[in-house]
Amino acid sequence: MCLAVAGKLIDRSDNDGVVDVRGNRVRARLDVVPEVEVGDHVLLHAGFAITVISADEAAATDQAFEELERAEESERNAGRRPGDA
Amino acid sequence: MPKRANETPAGARATRDRLCARIAEHTARLDADRFPADGPVSLMEVCGTHTVAIHRAGLRGLLPARLRLVSGPGCPVCVTPQSYVDALIDLAQRPGVRVATYGDMVRVPGRETTLERVQGDGARVSVIYGVMDALKLARDRTDEQIVFAGVGFETTAPTTAVAVKLARSAQLGNFTVLGAHKLIIPAMTALLEGGEVRIDGFLCPGHVSVVIGADAYRPVASRFARPCVVAGFEPLEMLDAIERILRQLAGGRAEAENAYAKVVSAEGNRAAWAAIEEVFEPADTPWRGLGTIPASGLALREAFADLDAARRFGVRVTDQEDARGCRCGDVIRGLIEPPECPLFAKVCTPVNPVGPCMVSREGNCQAHYKYARS
Repeated sequence: MCLAVAGKLIDRSDNDGVVDVRGNRVRARLDVVPEVEVGDHVLLHAGFAITVISADEAAATDQAFEELERAEESERNAGRRPGDA
Repeated sequence: MPKRANETPAGARATRDRLCARIAEHTARLDADRFPADGPVSLMEVCGTHTVAIHRAGLRGLLPARLRLVSGPGCPVCVTPQSYVDALIDLAQRPGVRVATYGDMVRVPGRETTLERVQGDGARVSVIYGVMDALKLARDRTDEQIVFAGVGFETTAPTTAVAVKLARSAQLGNFTVLGAHKLIIPAMTALLEGGEVRIDGFLCPGHVSVVIGADAYRPVASRFARPCVVAGFEPLEMLDAIERILRQLAGGRAEAENAYAKVVSAEGNRAAWAAIEEVFEPADTPWRGLGTIPASGLALREAFADLDAARRFGVRVTDQEDARGCRCGDVIRGLIEPPECPLFAKVCTPVNPVGPCMVSREGNCQAHYKYARS
């Protein structure tokens, strides 16, 4: 539940931001990252930016997220046994 | 150093092999009085995302046989007590009340049923992705009382705190929080004080530490002489943190160390912590499997008492449990591995979970079921 995803802040109005997460525009609150500026990369958790991160870290987080998606897709395609989630 | 996005697979493998070799070297030169050669060295992770990542990456198979990775109370859904689930079920069945909750909670069994089942019988339950969705429900459904299930560790607590402040300033009279936010360090302390399970070092949670900061583990490291190393979530980042713990142990040191400095600072997110402190105060809090731990959770301050669902609706959360053979409590404490529970993979599966550790995607039982079942 403490999972967070990386994205880039592309627009904001006060504490309401729009974050680009791998091509998807996601609304995010900016209340606890007062230093954030449009163009910064952030970590998003439960609809809130929780910290500002470097572009390098954002790319690494993206890559980890893609690996997770691939792993989950291969699980789905693996013909699960009855009873699996 | 851990793999970055621009590192080649061959480079990542070389890094992995180098880290594993160092871990083996450190393990081999541990002080034999404290770590008998035939005895275990036990590292605990207290983050559900780490639990899943360790299983998915197969890290346990890369480590020396005597080095054990033990999962602790790091999954917020798992550590939420049964009576809290029952309180949500009670509220969702009351006329005019709607429970807004993160998805995993709806499948956690209470004493008799789940939120998902009572929803099928007409109770009002909304699955949401964040507390702002609950605020929107309150704005849109002025004829309903919206109770937000405030579950989660320090990563999530600031979001609830901000929402409480927004609800107050907007004078939303139909929004309350049933609080179950928890603090990780009191749980780590309770486990060490209890002494039931061997813990030689902690792999500290990456995103919780974004809020509390890497220095927050210093008191645990020094008081109990246990290395505490903040770890990222990629396999090499976790191996890097494990290597640092072993290096400390081999050198006779026990310090708080930050192996995820690209994301986690020493002092944490002060604005997030300030939001928590404005709205919440530490409170004795019941945990599944661990009983009530002093000052281990967050209760709404008196100034926000009108937004406390427990007060408004007169519900009470205790640490009383009716486990019925489920050993999630022992799994959460790190006393047993999931397959040691007699229900695991027989009665209790991800489709028909008996306990929260099988319900949650971050639960140790579900992780074992998906990745480690032979």
